[in-house]
Amino acid sequence: MKLHFDQELAKLKEELLRMSALAEQSVAEALKALVQRDSALAKKVHATDDSLDKLQMEIDDCCVQLIALRQPKARDLRFIVMTMKISAELERIGDQAVNIAHRAEELNKEPLLKPLMDIPRMAEKAQSMIHDALDAFVYEKPEVARQVIRRDDEVDQLNRQLHRELTSFMIENPQTITRALNLMNVAHNLERIADYASNIAEEIVYLYEARDIRHSH
Amino acid sequence: MSNPIIQIRGLNFWYGCKQALFDVNADIAPHQVTAFIGPSGCGKSTLLRCFNRMNDLIEHTRLDGRITLHGQDIYVPEVDMIELRKRIGMVFQKSNPFPKSIFDNVAYGLRIQGIKQKPELTERVELSLRKAALWDEVKDRLHESALQLSGGQQQRLCIARAIAVEPKILLMDEPCSALDPTATARIEELIQDLKQDYTIVIVTHNMQQAARVSDYSAFFYLGGLIEFDTTQKMFTNPANKQTEDYITGRFG
Repeated sequence: MKLHFDQELAKLKEELLRMSALAEQSVAEALKALVQRDSALAKKVHATDDSLDKLQMEIDDCCVQLIALRQPKARDLRFIVMTMKISAELERIGDQAVNIAHRAEELNKEPLLKPLMDIPRMAEKAQSMIHDALDAFVYEKPEVARQVIRRDDEVDQLNRQLHRELTSFMIENPQTITRALNLMNVAHNLERIADYASNIAEEIVYLYEARDIRHSH
Repeated sequence: MSNPIIQIRGLNFWYGCKQALFDVNADIAPHQVTAFIGPSGCGKSTLLRCFNRMNDLIEHTRLDGRITLHGQDIYVPEVDMIELRKRIGMVFQKSNPFPKSIFDNVAYGLRIQGIKQKPELTERVELSLRKAALWDEVKDRLHESALQLSGGQQQRLCIARAIAVEPKILLMDEPCSALDPTATARIEELIQDLKQDYTIVIVTHNMQQAARVSDYSAFFYLGGLIEFDTTQKMFTNPANKQTEDYITGRFG
């Protein structure tokens, strides 16, 4: 039996997908601003972040209303509660993109410290984690979400590697300190983004398998 | 489940040639509230009425399988029906006070048991009315007719009457379906208080009610027990697709 409630849930799912597309976009824009040294684009990230904030509030409002008016149970309940959590992760991803954009604006004022290699690689991995986590959500594939969680280690490792490299830059030449610190910050932001994608993946496993796998892998 | 108070094993039940229950197996935990849920005609009330052999009163019914109370089969010939129904009280959908005073309603079962001394009767009636959360509302008019009470009060009076004879188990068949939300909330609170002293089995069409008051839920469909688990599990992550569809309002 199809219910009006099902239409409301479908609408909520659409909103969440809209939000995830925006979150991916904001990370891509921030990275492009950094890699292509485009400060105008860095400013655009703020606008995307505002949209993300607004969407999160709309989604929360919608979820609270559905809980109050529909008394959701079982899978419906898990869907609504996880939607609230996933939208919070996406909102934080947007905030991290804004941080990256700020660092890009700073970095663009000075010559490149070194050709950017590891940061675009980290960004690519983090973005694909967000993307695949949301694919797992759309296609109801918790096994895809589990793979996303495993990829978080690769991003962590790149972050540590970059950290060591930039530290040696700073030791050799104090002139590089400001730029190296800014790049370290960007790497740290990307590492956080991968963490949030990993959280989303955990939430998707809970949604479809009703199994709480946080802190257990 | 350790030490179930009621055990149901391989239970089949027929009304004439129509089979109403199919191979039901379940344990009822003591001092817990167990809710039977499922669409109309699924067999939940039939099973409830098997516990105190109410179905014996209906002609052409037949039962096989076993129901035990504290390990003793309640369908063997030597069972004393009066004793059985004393141990398993029942409250119905429509409150059914006797056309007598409030006091006499509660005292009715006690008098049958042979308690005739006024002080003891008075004490037991007061205790029962207190347990049923009705005492404060009726203490000044115990000798007025029970029929002038409101619907919610009448239902609590029926609960007081049922618990006056100190049963072990209280069966409730849709106890709130004729009540307004406030009266329903009072009965639901009462159910949760009463489980300290009694084991409660409730049949309800109201899924939220099952979620609010019960510790265990059993979902029946077409005479079969489809799923039986803790209410928490049933309402967050039912194992069976039919249970999920029913609980989320997509079928039934």
